[in-house]
Amino acid sequence: MGTEVFEAEIALTVNGAERRIPTGWTLADLLSSLELDPRVVVVERNGAILRDRSSFASIPLAADDALEIVHFVGGG
Amino acid sequence: MTSGTAEMLSSTLTDPQPLTIAGREFRSRLMVGTGKYASNAQMIDAIEASGAEVVTVAVRRVDLDRSKDEAILHHLDPDHFFLLANTAGCFNAADAIRYARLARAAGFNEWVKLEVIGDQQTLLPDTTGLLQATQTLSDEGFKVLAYTNDDLITALKLEQAGAVAVMPLASPIGSGLGMLNPYAIRTIKQRLSVPVIVDAGVGTASDACIVMEQGVDGILMNTGIAAAKDPVRMAAAMKLAVESGRHAYLAGRMPRREVAVPSSPTTGMLESRS
Repeated sequence: MGTEVFEAEIALTVNGAERRIPTGWTLADLLSSLELDPRVVVVERNGAILRDRSSFASIPLAADDALEIVHFVGGG
Repeated sequence: MTSGTAEMLSSTLTDPQPLTIAGREFRSRLMVGTGKYASNAQMIDAIEASGAEVVTVAVRRVDLDRSKDEAILHHLDPDHFFLLANTAGCFNAADAIRYARLARAAGFNEWVKLEVIGDQQTLLPDTTGLLQATQTLSDEGFKVLAYTNDDLITALKLEQAGAVAVMPLASPIGSGLGMLNPYAIRTIKQRLSVPVIVDAGVGTASDACIVMEQGVDGILMNTGIAAAKDPVRMAAAMKLAVESGRHAYLAGRMPRREVAVPSSPTTGMLESRS
């Protein structure tokens, strides 16, 4: 109960805070679960900016990944 | 008024040369920030009233709790405005370069308002880090508009490092103190080939007008509009002030004199009775 393989989770860091996500999730899955529109965010993974948004669905997330998800806000 | 006079007036009152930076023409010499507004609706109304085309935005982490409606792209139409990302809040070259790269990855343009801040209290620039970041980003193909102090030598070095525009401050960010050193601003404008956009410190319309009268190419402001009691009206005032100052500069002011010169004829006077 609760320990089946398909329920396994990995831990990663998103915007400085730890999150647990199901194993096998892609970046697109994560953004979708956060209700974020990929067109208005920029993602940096382990220090590298992911410039090709069409690739998000084919980028698997790994344990201990550090993601930064940023966007434009008001500023001067 | 005859139509000929009207045509003459309208051609006189048109800026003969639009603001052009790195080969791109802009419809206004006033650029505005998008921070510190009471609401997104007020921000949009103020930007519209300012007539600005270039609007600055900041790069920040998405608030994953979604407590605020903060994503500016849900409010600003990127087809109608030219989004100029800043690196505000960065205190070294490496951070500023990282923010600039993130901003470019948003996919709108490769322009950046580069800030490398050196001091928390004054938000004055760290000119060493600024020069380094300007060089690196320019080499990577960025169009760098460098926020700097009113120092001529730094401005010259920024131009040499590849900045497409140099943005000296009128006074510290958010201070509203107006232009503290008109001589320095004039000198920078006279010596640089790239456009000079005064950034920061404008507090009210007369400040903006005086800045433009120095002959600079434009002004960027945020707090001067956003912190007014009526930001939308102040935005309209700033639009007029920037245009007014530009016209006054182009018109060429009269020489200053230390003595009075009468405006009315000195001949044809009656005999004095006293």
